[in-house]
Amino acid sequence: MIELKDLVKTFRRTRVLDGLSLTIADGDRIALIGSNGAGKTTMIRCILGEYVHEGRVLIDGLAPRTHRTKVLKKIAFVPQMPPPLRMPAGDLVEFAARVHDSDVSTIREVASRLGLDLDEVRRRPFLKLSGGQKQKLLIAIAMGHDASIFIMDEPTANLDPAARQIVFDLLAERLDRTMIISSHRLEEVALLVNRVIELDRGRVVLDDHVEEAVDPSLRLDCEIVLRRPDAAFAKAIREWNFAPADDAETTWRGEVAGPDRLRFLGMLARYSGIIRALELRERDAAKKGREPAHVRA
Amino acid sequence: MSALLQAARLDIAESVRARWFAIYALVFGGLIAILFIFGLTESRVMGFTGLSRMLLTYIQLTMAILPIFVLLSTVRSLVGDREAGVYEYMLSFPISLSGWFWGRFAGRFLVVFLPVFVAMLIALVVGLFMGAEEIPWRDFLWYSALLFSLSLCFLGISFFISALARTSDIAQSLAFVIWLALLLFLDLMLIGLLIQFQTPAEVVVGLALANPLEVFRIGAMMLFDPQLILLGPAAYMILDWFGNAGFMAYALLYPLALGLALAGIGFWVFRRTDLP
Repeated sequence: MIELKDLVKTFRRTRVLDGLSLTIADGDRIALIGSNGAGKTTMIRCILGEYVHEGRVLIDGLAPRTHRTKVLKKIAFVPQMPPPLRMPAGDLVEFAARVHDSDVSTIREVASRLGLDLDEVRRRPFLKLSGGQKQKLLIAIAMGHDASIFIMDEPTANLDPAARQIVFDLLAERLDRTMIISSHRLEEVALLVNRVIELDRGRVVLDDHVEEAVDPSLRLDCEIVLRRPDAAFAKAIREWNFAPADDAETTWRGEVAGPDRLRFLGMLARYSGIIRALELRERDAAKKGREPAHVRA
Repeated sequence: MSALLQAARLDIAESVRARWFAIYALVFGGLIAILFIFGLTESRVMGFTGLSRMLLTYIQLTMAILPIFVLLSTVRSLVGDREAGVYEYMLSFPISLSGWFWGRFAGRFLVVFLPVFVAMLIALVVGLFMGAEEIPWRDFLWYSALLFSLSLCFLGISFFISALARTSDIAQSLAFVIWLALLLFLDLMLIGLLIQFQTPAEVVVGLALANPLEVFRIGAMMLFDPQLILLGPAAYMILDWFGNAGFMAYALLYPLALGLALAGIGFWVFRRTDLP
């Protein structure tokens, strides 16, 4: 359990956390939302024991600042911005495995699922990896050890749709763990979480439970029919791993991750003028005994 | 202990990859090579007795180069890491703050000390192979000990500055000002204080004794010139007060103690302030 009580953090004269109190039970999966400067990252850093603050932070009854190693062994953290580490990716993985008492092979396995070949990048400086590769590696390191608390600051920001789907799958495999997923956009993480906390000016302004209606590992089959071929659309839809079903490139088929569907529809909205028909259908809905929920347009 | 070793390993690997280290190692290696050329020239006249003299010249040049190199490279990388978000991520791993801080200190010390030491060792080995009549092992051991002490002292100052300064600009400026102040308060400025302002001799000697650069300089010169004829009045008075052996002990222990004390204060600050 994570307990924050009357947490105050001030930078010079700016009070970033303003008496924040919050209890996060084991198994709570929290979408931590709020605008820039709301205090999300500061709250996370207080939980990680990185900031001195007024008030109390306890993780399973222990203060992270004074019981660092015990507390941080339970936590897997993915930062918002990948750090500019000059060390080779392989060294970072080995370091993480050593201090977490975990196994490099587990990290390699997770990285491989995310589409990152660790053997290929292990000699390259972490700094020189692409944004997506860095993010995948940080996620693989976080997911590669047996943490009971996952803290992720915008974890999918630099990932392509396919990798995002894998991250959702990986998180879906760990739904019994406590998660704090920080994001600017609720729709990014809404389907992964069972609780939403919104911060504003260092205070909790919304604390709500989310109905767990959708399986985070859900996939949707999608077909889009266009009025006419469009190069910009083709480029955008190919990033979602869609393929044309005809030579004229007016019909496109592919799959969309359940938690990603609002983002997908947001992308499609830009091309609504050329879309003649759209179908989104839950895959294997019939097998699971569910009514096949689908969208037709 | 394990955390300390992990942090030390990381810092050594990180430093060895950095550009500053390549330049640093190259400077000391190049220095020895250049001095050797002069040493060889000298050897034609008086055999290879020039080796002691070469060591002394090397040590004097090291005194000018090593502190500023250590100060600037260390504060830049430590504070730069914090600014860039490296601490946010690396300190989210289960590693104790003492292990992290002292591990980096130990790692950085090896990186800073070894090139200077190895360059000096190579000089002796090459001298041996080139038929030097007498290898100054005693001087070599003393110089190594003095360099050990000086490196640790300036590393301690660097870690202290890094813990206090929140931006690399401030840290670098502070490091530069400290180095400049220590450099200014070598003999010449001290003579100026004595003559121009008629400052009491005790104050001048106190200033000299508090300055690790001056202490190192006197210690190094004492090995070459036990009467300190070549140095100024402060050094002469110090020799008079301490005696030869007493001052050599002071020259070794004071910079060590100062460096460790400042690093200790740095750790105290580091542990009690925001990490990223």
